[in-house]
Amino acid sequence: MTFAKPKFRHPKSTKNKVGYLKSDYLGTVSTLCAGCGHDSISGAIVQACYELDIEPHKLAKLSGIGCSSKTPAYFLSNSHGFNSVHGRMPSIATGANLANKNLTYLGVSGDGDSASIGIGQFMHVIRRNLNMTYIVMNNGCYGLTKGQDSATADVGSINKTGMSNEYEPIDLAALALELGSSFVARSFSGDKTQLVPLIKAALSHPGFAFIDVISPCVTFNNNVGSTKSYDFVREHMEVTSSIDFVPHKDEITVDYQPGHRMDVELHDGSVLKLDKLAPNWNPFDRNSAIGQLQLAKSRNEVLTGLLFIDENTKDLHKKLNTVDVPLNTLNHTNLCPGQDALDKINDNLR
Amino acid sequence: MYSVNDFVIRFANVNGTGSASANGIFAKSIFRLGVPIAPKNIFPSNIQGLPTWYEVRISEKGYLGRRDGIDIVVGVNPQTYADDIASIKSGGYFVYDNSKRLHDSFFREDIHFVGVPMMKLAMDNYTDSRKQQLFKNIIYLGAISALIDLDIEIVKETIAKTFARKPKLIVPNYEALEIGYNYTKENCNCPIDFRVRKSDKTGDSIVIDGNAATALGLVYGGATVGAWYPITPSTSVASSFEKYCHKLRVDKETGKNNFAIVQAEDELSAIGMVIGANWNGARAFTATSGPGVSLMNEFIGLAYFAEIPVTLINVQRGGPSTGMPTRSQQADIISSAYASHGDTKHVLLFPSNPTECFQFSALALDLADRLQTPVIVMSDLDLGMNEHMTAPFKWDETKAYDKGKVLNAEELDEIEVFGRYLDVDKDGITYRTIPGTHPTKGSYFTRGTSHNEYAKYSEAGDDYVKKVDRLLIKWETAKKLVPKPRFENAASKTPYGMLFFGTTNYAAYETLDLLGENGIQIDAMSIKAFPFTTEIFEFLENHERIFVIEQNRDAQMRSLIINEYNYDPKKLDSILHYDGTPITAHYISTSISKALNKSEKQSQAL
Ligand SMILES: Cc1ncc(C[n+]2csc(CCOP(=O)(O)OP(=O)(O)O)c2C)c(N)n1
Ligand code: SF4
Ligand SMILES: [Mg+2]
Repeated sequence: MTFAKPKFRHPKSTKNKVGYLKSDYLGTVSTLCAGCGHDSISGAIVQACYELDIEPHKLAKLSGIGCSSKTPAYFLSNSHGFNSVHGRMPSIATGANLANKNLTYLGVSGDGDSASIGIGQFMHVIRRNLNMTYIVMNNGCYGLTKGQDSATADVGSINKTGMSNEYEPIDLAALALELGSSFVARSFSGDKTQLVPLIKAALSHPGFAFIDVISPCVTFNNNVGSTKSYDFVREHMEVTSSIDFVPHKDEITVDYQPGHRMDVELHDGSVLKLDKLAPNWNPFDRNSAIGQLQLAKSRNEVLTGLLFIDENTKDLHKKLNTVDVPLNTLNHTNLCPGQDALDKINDNLR
Repeated sequence: MYSVNDFVIRFANVNGTGSASANGIFAKSIFRLGVPIAPKNIFPSNIQGLPTWYEVRISEKGYLGRRDGIDIVVGVNPQTYADDIASIKSGGYFVYDNSKRLHDSFFREDIHFVGVPMMKLAMDNYTDSRKQQLFKNIIYLGAISALIDLDIEIVKETIAKTFARKPKLIVPNYEALEIGYNYTKENCNCPIDFRVRKSDKTGDSIVIDGNAATALGLVYGGATVGAWYPITPSTSVASSFEKYCHKLRVDKETGKNNFAIVQAEDELSAIGMVIGANWNGARAFTATSGPGVSLMNEFIGLAYFAEIPVTLINVQRGGPSTGMPTRSQQADIISSAYASHGDTKHVLLFPSNPTECFQFSALALDLADRLQTPVIVMSDLDLGMNEHMTAPFKWDETKAYDKGKVLNAEELDEIEVFGRYLDVDKDGITYRTIPGTHPTKGSYFTRGTSHNEYAKYSEAGDDYVKKVDRLLIKWETAKKLVPKPRFENAASKTPYGMLFFGTTNYAAYETLDLLGENGIQIDAMSIKAFPFTTEIFEFLENHERIFVIEQNRDAQMRSLIINEYNYDPKKLDSILHYDGTPITAHYISTSISKALNKSEKQSQAL
């Protein structure tokens, strides 16, 4: 059930550079369970889009099926949304992006949606380097179908029924790194200070940007023994670096301290400021990121933060050499070769 | 047995030996002589080494369907000699490579054997083995030209045209042609009883395969996004689309593409991309065959229910399962018409020749946008992968694309409340918006779950019923937009009718002549689309007995008619052909004659 939210305005709310209030980025009231990690991620998306000065109608939000995939209803009501079929959001996003390269595409999925039924599409959208942000709300279970283990559940993780998972987990961030994703990060729904700048950086990235967000399911997988519970993640979270996102028009004032901080300039001139860098990790070096993930796993820790970025990446449109204007703006004058060309073709067929 | 411009010739080759080009030149030369041709490839699901056949029906009368019984076999593949020789009609010819002696056991008294040392001639004239192989094909082309009295100058013209882009190949091909031609003239009895003669029965026709025509229709119809996954017999729709796009759709100033083609990871993804692109206002299509459509079912339901345009080309092959991947059938009628779970039905178009492939694929893009629903073009392997003589392509330049009910920013400003699924015009088709159109108006949430007129999630039974009932109003609107059937009426009023669609057309029209010769009067209707238009129902009402001719086992079109029209099954007789070869006029006419004789005898006995 959904109902209209009362629209009151916080006295301090201010318009962003494109003239929108933060409330303009909200969605309908969530119908998820109270305390569900997914709602926090929705909140972070609202925050990120507001702060990034994205015009809501210039963003399209897409999802598959699951509790996680329901969330696009709960943020950005002024954006077009598409809740597709289970595991197939990547193909919808690909088609949509091919039709109009000028919008921002935000895809939201679950661990069931992306690591099982949709893993083929997940892998191939990465290979193609579609310019989109892809967030997996990862709770280690199938929330919507009532708590079955998912393919990201860790070996030995205990689910609500007390059963321990015996199967090797799929680490979506590691997989994304392996497949050549041009931006990979991991975060935690309970850590907005980390998550919001990561989402902002992902949305600004001119290629495929993947964020695996551990997002506890309070109803089916937040029990003792679950490695996707709030308590477990809080206790075992490691970070690559603290992170701050500076939009392109703001001046950077903080001094650069070698060894301890690093500024990554993005294609639109905005800057990703990384602080307290993990040792032996370099955000431009895919192998170091893969290594750090493996190390953290062997220590039973959850490594979060930005893992990898290639800011000079070539997205699908560049690979396909499409025209600069969106394909959906072309009409018969650009597209139809006309009778003269047809006469020549006919002649060649005689 | 003497026959001019009316016989069937078959080339028996080995897959992967380059025979296709020689065979194509043969058919095209006869066409250029002004004589109608109907070529067919008969090939295995294999790349190299297995037998393939290429058959050409030559018909002054313009009969373009397959005909049983072969008059001449050019046997280049010893593996299949036994079957090839057995397939020849009494009085026919077996033209074979006698570089090696033919074993006595192969001989038949009632046919002629013409030996031409094709391989030996190739070895004598060429040293490199690849050339020996390739030119052997042109040598037999020369030999057969001599035998059927085909003017070698016409063949040369065809060669010149075929290799216009690779002019270096022209003269060597001429030489090989002459080697075969001259040898045969000098050493064999030329011409044989089956001959060709210049005629004027091809008019302004062209020769093209259905898949290339479909692809061209998609280019002209404004498709900008194509997503596909390889599968016989549809693959060449995508490859031809790509070829035509590179020729016709590259922006001259920037060198950039006015199109995007993606070879998807599977058919699920291919149709997902098409749905995403159409949702976002581009014209997108996918092409596949039965197995692909099966995989696409879930998404087809989403597009139907969320009302997103989709253009889907289904080039049917023999099913079920992997079935007969290189043979033709019309066996996906039901699975396409009602594709997906829940109550769904989809617009189908049935092209029967390449000209209609061109028209209907362009039309499909318009109809999909107009009706905001999947539109499936039902081609088949025979149509898609064989060349057909067909009317030239024409494009009405005065017509812009029909993008359907899409609101722009100004229009959105004018309306008070936008309801994505609000039936404003009462034709079942509602207004849609494209993402990015307006800063504050027109955004909505697309979903496959039930929703109300404002695209809001709703589990209310009456919202759901209202929605799916409106889709039936849209279905009624579709009946007014799809192509009407084509009729061919008997000279006098008759209670009998025959009904057919797609590639059955060729054999069906020939059947009318055959039945006419036997004094049987019958009206014919060629169905071009589903949903059925009123003209189809009138035809059904106006006849007492109707033969439904189709190329599947289960009489799928007949079921569709009975189901959609609540039509009396007793009045519909089935003529079914489903061995994977294209249906013939002989098969149809004997089936109808037998059925009518039987009922006449029955009524006499009463
Ligand atoms: C084809 C298909 N199979 C099964 C389902 C049922 N189903 C709905 S959601 C879901 C799992 C969702 O898990 P996840 O993606 O992890 O999302 P969560 O609910 O955990 O956020 C399944 C199996 C479906 N909708 N479609
Ligand atoms: S079931 Fe779990 S994932 Fe779904 S809404 Fe509830 S807490 Fe969230
Ligand atoms: Mg989950």
